[in-house]
Amino acid sequence: MKYELFDQMITEFTEKEVAPLAQETDEKEQFPASTVKKMAAAGLFGIIVPTELGGAGGDYRMYIKAVETLSSACATTGVILSAHTSLCAAPILEYGNDAQKKRYLPKLASGAWLGAFGLTEPGAGTDAGGQQTTAVLSDGKYILNGSKIFITNAGKADVYVVIAVTGVNPKGGKDCSAFIVEKGFPGFSIGKKELKMGIRGSATCELLFKDCAVPAENLLGKPGEGLKIALKTLDGGRIGIAAQALGIAEGAFAATVKYVKERKQFGKPISAFQNTQFVIADLDTQITAARLLVYQSAAAKDAHAPTVAVDAARAKLFAAETAMNVTTKCVQLHGGYGYMREYAVERMMRDAKITEIYEGTSEVQRMVISSAIFRK
Amino acid sequence: MNIIVTVKQVPNTSEIKIDPVTNTLKRDGVPSIINPDDKAALEEALVLKDKYGARVTAVCMGPAQADKALREALAMGADCAVLISDRAFAGSDTLATSKILAAAISKLGYDLIICGRQAIDGDTAQVGPQIAEHLNIPQVTYVQKIDYNKANGEFTVTRWYEEYTQTIAVVGPALFTVLSGANKPRYMRVAGIVAQDGMQVENVAFADLDVKLEEIGLKGSPTRVKSTFTKLAAGGGQKYELAPKEAAALIAEQLKSKLYI
Repeated sequence: MKYELFDQMITEFTEKEVAPLAQETDEKEQFPASTVKKMAAAGLFGIIVPTELGGAGGDYRMYIKAVETLSSACATTGVILSAHTSLCAAPILEYGNDAQKKRYLPKLASGAWLGAFGLTEPGAGTDAGGQQTTAVLSDGKYILNGSKIFITNAGKADVYVVIAVTGVNPKGGKDCSAFIVEKGFPGFSIGKKELKMGIRGSATCELLFKDCAVPAENLLGKPGEGLKIALKTLDGGRIGIAAQALGIAEGAFAATVKYVKERKQFGKPISAFQNTQFVIADLDTQITAARLLVYQSAAAKDAHAPTVAVDAARAKLFAAETAMNVTTKCVQLHGGYGYMREYAVERMMRDAKITEIYEGTSEVQRMVISSAIFRK
Repeated sequence: MNIIVTVKQVPNTSEIKIDPVTNTLKRDGVPSIINPDDKAALEEALVLKDKYGARVTAVCMGPAQADKALREALAMGADCAVLISDRAFAGSDTLATSKILAAAISKLGYDLIICGRQAIDGDTAQVGPQIAEHLNIPQVTYVQKIDYNKANGEFTVTRWYEEYTQTIAVVGPALFTVLSGANKPRYMRVAGIVAQDGMQVENVAFADLDVKLEEIGLKGSPTRVKSTFTKLAAGGGQKYELAPKEAAALIAEQLKSKLYI
């Protein structure tokens, strides 16, 4: 019954609170702060956090359904929840010590604090190991210097999980560590806000560290574990983005099915033409396949299955490419109207593209999947 | 404070379609929802709980599948849920239903009973007032707002009329019926959704209640449906063609006569 009730709640929430604001959020490039407050009241920011830490004690299946459903109306709203949950609450839950969990998770779960994650740098994208940001231990504090780029929820978030170089390992590579950085830490500031093609209401900015002092107790995990933590965190994050992509595809598809039944050409609705029917059948099939992969990877995450990295990579690869294909075809079925900003499919096509890029490009997902095959 | 909220599970009438052949409602596949006025009643109870502390019990009479409506109430924040269900109750009209509900509620104990004004599938607005009569407690219907003075146990409620409102002080135990416009019911909380999985919905059957068999079910229901009809749309109102100044004066006069201003 809990999944049925959850689906009912998130569907109702999306219809009433998210869908009416989606167009304005995009047009004005406006972070939907009022929606975030309502999401907090419903408990959406603490779905996967255990009850003893102030969360709902739910699971990835619910969390993924939330990102999917929110994204079916507004991909911006979907990614706010995904970045907060997968990239900030999840690593603290998984790698945090008791004191860190007690300090951060109740506030993150209640939505009093919003979370974010900083890994990407101008010179460290797919090559995440090419980190330049440094953290030097001095007098019980790590002093961070450097910058992060393209950070989701930046400026709106209160807590950031940040990766920085803490040393050189015996093989000559860089040793990275993970840190929990609060927005008020001295020397930490928010840089340039990016203007984007899609998910335009989502806050995407630089993070700047100038002799930023982070208390030593805010080291997340062990020194040198940073890259491992980051990559494991992204395995979970990818399921969130896969769900976002699935939601975008579903939203565009639903709008298009409605449209082709209403739009008349040559004296009949365009749904009566075989081209429309065949395209719709293909899109429905792709969306269904994407849904199965996304739900399967969420189930793998809930079961702590060892296959989760590959499951998540497959789900994100397929769902993102499905979102791009579906939204492009949906714009085509809308004809000239689909190119107009008045119609949601125009926004959804722009929103879809990012799912093929962030939290690992589609090429990275192919690397993850193929390396699992050839490593055997 | 023990608050009882009566909850009815109804078909979502906004999704009901009419069978073009038989002209009757197609109920198959129509999702069931908590009756909107009842959801507002639950929200009023939960607001009182948040402000003053209370134990909120959602009570529903209906078939086994009404369990879902009660679980939704639990997920919103109700502390317990009671499903009143028995074959003997089938066919009950508002009188019989109110007798069954009153019997169950008096067994549960209460300081306050909050009902929705009416159900969207029956529109009688009778069950709430009848429960109050059976229990011999004061009632206020069409309530828009409930305040509570914890010091003296007095409720101050605002009762809605079409053209004005009335403020009434009531000492509990009492029964209020609430309008769906009274508030915006909260969404189910994720924590509540997860927690209800481990909670029991208490079942109450005929044998548990102090009611007579001849007073309930079809036999105990004096109501006979003579005919049903589709309500016609209300008239279009009166149209005046006046200069702006005169028009403004007329509007002001009309609003005054209806006590809006």
